[in-house]
This record gives sequence, structure tokens and C-alpha cells, in this order.
Amino acid sequence: MKRFAGILLAGVVFAGVVLAANALTITGAGASFPYPMYSKWFDEYHKKDTNIEINYQSIGSGGGIKQVTEGTVDFGASDGPMNDDQLKAFQDKHGFAILHFPTVLGAVVPTYNIPGVTTDLNFTPEALSGIFLGKITKWNDPAIAGANKGVNLPGNDIVVVHRSDGSGTSYIWTDYLSKISDEWKSKVGKGASVNWPVGLGGKGNEGVAGLVKQTANAVGYVELIYAIQNKMPYGTVKNSSGAFIKADLAGVTAAAAGAAKNMPDDFRVSITDAPGKAAYPISSFTWLLIPAKFSDGAKRDALKGFVKWMLADGQNYAESLSYAKLPKEVVAKEVKALDGIQ
Amino acid sequence: MSTASTTLPSAGPVVGSRSFLRRLREGDEIVRLITFLFAASVVLITLLLVFELWQGSVLARHKFGFAFFATRVWDPNAGEFGALPFIFGTVVTSAVSLLIAVPLGIGAAIFLAELAPARVSDTLEFFIDLLAAVPSVIYGLLGFLFVVPLMRDFIQPRLKDSLGFLPFFKGPAYGIGFLTAGIVLAIMVIPYIISVSREVLLSVPRDQREAALALGSTRWESTWKVVVPFARTGIMGSIFLALARALGETMAVTMVIGNTPSISASLFSPGYSIAAVIANEFTEATGDLYPQALIELGLVLFLLTFILNGLARILILATSQRGSGMGNA
Amino acid sequence: MNPRLRWRKFVSNFMLTMTGLCAVVAVSVLFFILGYLVYYGGTSINWNFFTKLPAPVGETGGGMANAIVGSAKLLALATLFGVPIGFLGAIYLAEFSGSKVAFVVRYAADLLNGAPSIVIGMFAFTIAVHPFKHFSTLAGGFALGIMMIPITLRSTEQFLLAVPRNLREGAMALGASKWKTIATVIVPAAYRGILTAILLAFARVAGETAPLLFTALGNRYWSRGFNEPTASLPVMIYNYGLSPYEDWHRQAWAAGLVLLALILVINIVARAILSRGVSVPRA
Repeated sequence: MKRFAGILLAGVVFAGVVLAANALTITGAGASFPYPMYSKWFDEYHKKDTNIEINYQSIGSGGGIKQVTEGTVDFGASDGPMNDDQLKAFQDKHGFAILHFPTVLGAVVPTYNIPGVTTDLNFTPEALSGIFLGKITKWNDPAIAGANKGVNLPGNDIVVVHRSDGSGTSYIWTDYLSKISDEWKSKVGKGASVNWPVGLGGKGNEGVAGLVKQTANAVGYVELIYAIQNKMPYGTVKNSSGAFIKADLAGVTAAAAGAAKNMPDDFRVSITDAPGKAAYPISSFTWLLIPAKFSDGAKRDALKGFVKWMLADGQNYAESLSYAKLPKEVVAKEVKALDGIQ
Repeated sequence: MSTASTTLPSAGPVVGSRSFLRRLREGDEIVRLITFLFAASVVLITLLLVFELWQGSVLARHKFGFAFFATRVWDPNAGEFGALPFIFGTVVTSAVSLLIAVPLGIGAAIFLAELAPARVSDTLEFFIDLLAAVPSVIYGLLGFLFVVPLMRDFIQPRLKDSLGFLPFFKGPAYGIGFLTAGIVLAIMVIPYIISVSREVLLSVPRDQREAALALGSTRWESTWKVVVPFARTGIMGSIFLALARALGETMAVTMVIGNTPSISASLFSPGYSIAAVIANEFTEATGDLYPQALIELGLVLFLLTFILNGLARILILATSQRGSGMGNA
Repeated sequence: MNPRLRWRKFVSNFMLTMTGLCAVVAVSVLFFILGYLVYYGGTSINWNFFTKLPAPVGETGGGMANAIVGSAKLLALATLFGVPIGFLGAIYLAEFSGSKVAFVVRYAADLLNGAPSIVIGMFAFTIAVHPFKHFSTLAGGFALGIMMIPITLRSTEQFLLAVPRNLREGAMALGASKWKTIATVIVPAAYRGILTAILLAFARVAGETAPLLFTALGNRYWSRGFNEPTASLPVMIYNYGLSPYEDWHRQAWAAGLVLLALILVINIVARAILSRGVSVPRA
């Protein structure tokens, strides 16, 4: 018995220590919005250079911001850019800044699970804000039915699903709702964690998709790829020009067109409710949050190498996962900004 | 240090303390010191835990004071933190779980202690103990993928049809919510009620039963009117133990409760518990006040479970002492 | 027989049958859980599950090899940390201490035992993650080890105290020093109970998830050494179970089956060890 335990212990120690070879592990955490993209990227990059492992944990944008500020992870990721207070907190804590690097463009879509409804629903801004404010409670409400003539909407209660964790996807969603609804703006506001008037909370994009998929009459907001990968229906959204746009690469790219020309140096920009006939109104960049200084030179170089690859070859993987590539102007600007990491 | 076993101790009392030098030589003092250090480290870790909970919540405690417990709003964006929704959710789910688990548990304990032959009783108890060993995350997995659809598609609609006039069963049937969390918790705490109650029932002196039977009562009457009341405090203790377990449960609850800080009379409503909100929000609580508010919630939970566990221990001890104290009438 | 007596007899039989039903319901839950896991998890346990790393999100064919090894490392660390403290501390309580010190230590152990696992997780984050600026297997092992201490301590103490006096006195009469008595006579006499206590503590923390959320975090790759974050079975079950992907659900069931089987086997073995020995007071 003792000998067996001893052998077991030795085996575990061996597994732990001896396998600590030359590989470099970088740990990152944050947004679930781009998680399918990042997990694919880090996997491909690891195949390219097997010495580098980038371990990314999808814990929500709020978690990414907090952990990179605390210094417990090497980089963060968020779809809601850090606000001035958060930037200052990082600067105060570390003595140097944290930089935003856009990676891809994505779309947040309203996905739903309504028994008997198989077509795409059209959502007006009023319908979306009304549903999430809890004022529109049944699927056959005129605010929804008005845009969906011919669809047999049941009189069932709407089950709203939102995020329970601090989420960049929530930030994008509430940012949009704040722009198109004054009532939402004053009552709830925009943020990664807000005081939701109604609904169930799911953890991560995965959790929201899981809940909506399981619950009849539910509606929630998720990044586009989550709806596609799970074969869940998602509706069109009416943009500022009056067109109902279903989220896709063209719509997201159109939404980013204006920002591409006028990208600020720190890359923090909101493209929800963007002007343009073809623009999908709930689009967003998503960012890697990388500290400006690294004490570990190997990690810094590895991360910079990854970002360079991501801006070039990496972009080619985006479209198969329904994320839109970064505009050329933004890529060029980012490559220059990489020099800011020391 | 010498090994003293080769020589018999010379004249001098064996009982009574050896001199310090003697103990040192024999190695006992060193062993005493080493084991003392390890025992002391237990106390040290516990003190550190309490200290971290207290110190780590200082900002929140000073800012909100006792109003923390009465505030309904939990708005990290605005910096407003109130514990009421989480306390409410914790209390409600625990209450529901006890409502289900206590009758079932005491009933099963009565069967195991009074009726079942010893071998059957021991075998069944063995399985009940195994049930207690199932991890919370597995209850959560089953809860989310089995119980929630069952509640949503079968049980909640029927409850609504038959008892929908009560405020407890109003509102849409999500499957997720207080009721489901309470049911999952009930399954998790039943083993504690059963095993402790069974033991206290077994420790009731035989003559209590025999006296009742001799006076002409039926089996059930002797059990329910004599034995159970005798073991009453111990059974209460088992309930407190179960409650303490239910309060602290994290994974199973967060997977089925809905993670929404709402306060509602309806059991169908989604809610939140203290443990669940800490699990969901701790890694992302930015700033200074937010994490401290969460730590304050942890402190509250810790104190609650501590008090309950203490009470439980006293009650169970009291019953077993009573049982052995009475002895033979 | 008068009607009143008939009624009372009926009530008696009825109620006692009901209690039997309660017992049956309680026990059948265990078999239901097992059966459900075997049914849904059994079909997903394949070679991939044990040997492959997780695949990118949305792709099938991944496994939980790193989580299995990660859990093993975490539990080994927990045992290395928690058992010596519990064991040696119990020796102090049973053999050396006065009643006042013993009371304080037991009280502290009870406090620790009753602490909800999420609170232990927060504590471990503050002590073992925050100061070192990274999540790690060590921190996870520390959190789990803390949870093993009280169980090991209290049970070991009880089994040590239950060793009959004549064994101690016999050793003393032969001139053995105290520590020699403990090491060669008392502990071996109580070893069954002590081993049972360690196994039960091990099984208890094997399934813990909450403390790992803030300490070991997670890892999509192999976790090298003990200083990196690591995947673990319970956390994978949690993340995969809540996701919308069917493939991940099936993996969660498989992981649940593996975890539950491990825990149940340890529990059964522990109790078998105990029942073979002298009957001693239950913890």
C-alpha cells in the first residue's frame, strides 16, 4: 500500500516537474465574445510554434480587465474598452499604461427560441429596448408583431436572458440600447454589469446560448458565432437608416467603415448604431489588453510575435468563424502601436 | 537522543512527570514541539481566514454599515451594493430544501432506526453515506440538464394549474429558479438528516420504547410519541447541520437558480444566493469597493454557517448525553 | 377488536410503510444519479477523452487529458499539505496537549470545517494568488488542502484516543519513550481509522469546484510544474455543462462519471478498511 502510494506520488511529481521543458506559457483571460476565435488562433499559433502556449480562459470581459489590472494574468481581453477610471487604476497600480489592440470585428445578435417560429424575426430598436426593459412581455405584442407581418407569434411570456457575469458583450448590447432608447439610458445605462430590469442570468456567451437553447420563449443576446455554431435562430435588427439587417460579415464591416478612417490612437471606439444603409447596428471591435511593459522579455516577445501573426495570417481565419477582418487602416496603425510594448 | 528501551527505569515513579532533561533526551520534547507547531498552524490558518474576511471587507462595512443587509439594489456600475437579494435567495432556497428534506429524512431515519433489521439498516445507511459524498458540481450538472427541463415542462405547469392562485406559484415557468434550487438542495442535505437522526434515534434507551409498548401503544405511536420526542433535540441538531450545508452550497445552486438578484414571493422566479454571486462575480470585481462588498457577503455566510454548526453540535451532544444519562430506569 | 384500535393499527401500518417509502426514495436517488451518469457518460468515455487536450471552441474530438492529470496534481498537493497538519496536529491533541489548548485547536478545526468552500476559495486567492500575481496549481492545492485538515484532524484524534489504555501502559512498562510509543504502538493500532479518515477527506475534496475557480483557474494545455494554472475535472464539468455545445455536454457527463466513480470507489474502500478493524466510535 505504502509502496503504491509512493510510486503514485513520484509519478505525479514527475508529470509535474520533468515536463517543465522549454515551453513558454502565457496566460490570458477575458471576453467570451471572441473566445471561439481566440481558441482557434492560439491553437493554430501553437501548431506553428510548439514552444509557445497561450492559455486563454473565457471568464468575461470584466474578469479580463480585473485580472490584468491585478497582474495575475499576462494579458486581458474585452469587448468593452476600458474606461478612463479603469485605465487610470492600471496606470496607478503599475506605473505604466495598458494598451488596447483590436483583434476582430464581431456582431451581437438577438437569438431566440420560440416554439413554432422558424423564420427570422425582425426587431426594431423599440422592440428590443422594450423587451429588455420588461415593458414588452409577450411575443405577440404589437411592437414585435408590427415588424413581422405574417409570422404566427404565440401569446407566450417572453423569457429574457442576459449575462450574470461582467461582460463586454453586455457592454456592446447596453451601449446600443442606450443610444437608441433614452429610457434605457436613464434607467439602466451602459456597462459590463448593469442592473437588469428583468431576466435570467447566464455565465458567459456560452451560458446565455445554453439557456436560450434550453428555454422555450427565451430571447438573449450572444456573439454571432455562438448562434451559428448552435444552429439557433437570430433576428434582424433595424439600423439607423431604417433597413433591417441580419448580422453578417458585410454588415459588420460596413459598421466599422467610419471608425476605420477616424480611429483614435488608443483604439477605443464604439461602432454601435453606426450610420450607413448596410451597417449592422450592434457591431463592435474586440480588444486584447496588453500592458505596455513586460518584465519577462521572453513573454513580451512571444506576445508581440503572436499579435503580429494575428494581424496578418490570423485575420484569414476570422471569416470562417463569422468574425469580420479588421480594416486595413486599423491593421497598419496597430502594427505601429506594437512598438509601444517594451 | 538515546533509545531508552534497553534499560529499565531505575527507582523512581513511572507515573508522574519525568524531568525535562529526561524527556528531552528521550526525544519526546522535540516530538511534542513539532506536533504542537502543526496543531498551532490549524489555529493560525483559521485566525488568518477570519482576519482576511474581516479586513478584506472593511471598506464595504464602513460605507454601508447595517444598511447593507436591508438594501435591495446590487449595482456594480453605480457602486451600490445591497445584500438583501442574496440573503433572501439563500434563505428561501434553504427553507424550501428543508421543507422537502426534513419529512423525508426523518421518515427514512425512523424506518432505518426502528423498523429495519440491523443488516438492512446498515446497508441502506451505507448507500445514504455514499449519497453524501456526491460532489456539488455533479448535482449541478444533473440539476441543469435534467431537473430544470423536468420542472419547466412537467412539474411547474402542473403546479401552476393546481396551486397557481397562491403567490408562491405565480409567474412564468422557467424551470430555473428558487424552487428548482430548493429541490436540488433538498436531495443534497437529506443524507445528513438521515444519518444523524438515525444515530440519535438508535441511542434512545430501549426501555423508553418498551414502556410505551407495554402500555398498549402501537409501533407507530411508541415511535412517534415517545422515541422521537426523546431524540427531539438531536434531530433538531441534524436539521441545523443540514441547513448549514444548504447555506454554503455553491455550484449546484448557481447552475439552477438563475443568477438574478431579484426578490419575489414566487418560487418560480429566478434568484441569487450569497455563494452563487461570489462564485460568479469575484474574479471580475474591479475597483476597491466591489470586491470588498463580495468579501463582506462571504463574511456574513461564514458567520451564519458557524453559528448553525455550533448550535447543531450542542443539540446533538445534548441528546446523546441525555440518552446515556437516563440509562436503565 | 374495537374500531378505535383498528384505526390506530391502520395508522401505525400506514405511517411505518410511509417511512419505508422515504428510505427507498432516498436510497434510489443515489442509483438514479449513478444510472444517469452511466447512461449519458458511459457512451462518451472513449480513448479521446482520456488522451486528448481540449479542442478549439465548437470543434469536436477534444478530451480532458489535462484535466485528469491536473486534478491528480491538485489532490496530491492537497494531501501533502493537509494530511500532515491534520495527522500531526491530532497526535498533539491526543497525546500531548492539555484540555485548554485542545479545546482551542478543536474549535478552530470546526470553524474551518464549517466554512463554505467558496469562502475558502476567496481566502486562498488572497493568500496564494494575489501576492504572487498568478493563478497556480499550488494555490489550488493549498485551498483543497485547507479543506482536508479538519476532517483528518478530528477523525485521527478520535481513533488515537480510542486505542485501549493497556496498549499504552504496556509500552510504558517496557520503558519506551512517549514518541516511540506513539510511533510504534498507538498509531499502528489506529492505522485503519486514520487511513479511512484520510481517504474520506481525499474523496471530499476531489469533487470540490468552487475553491478552484479562484486559484487554479483553468488551462487549455498541459500545466507544467506547479506554478501554472491547471485544468481540473470539476471545473471542466462546470464550464462544459453550462455551454450550448452538445459535444461539450457529452464530455461533461463523461467527466462526471469518472469523477463520481473515483469518489464512490474511495468511499467504499475506506469503509471496507474500517469495518475490517476493531469497531471504533464514528466521527
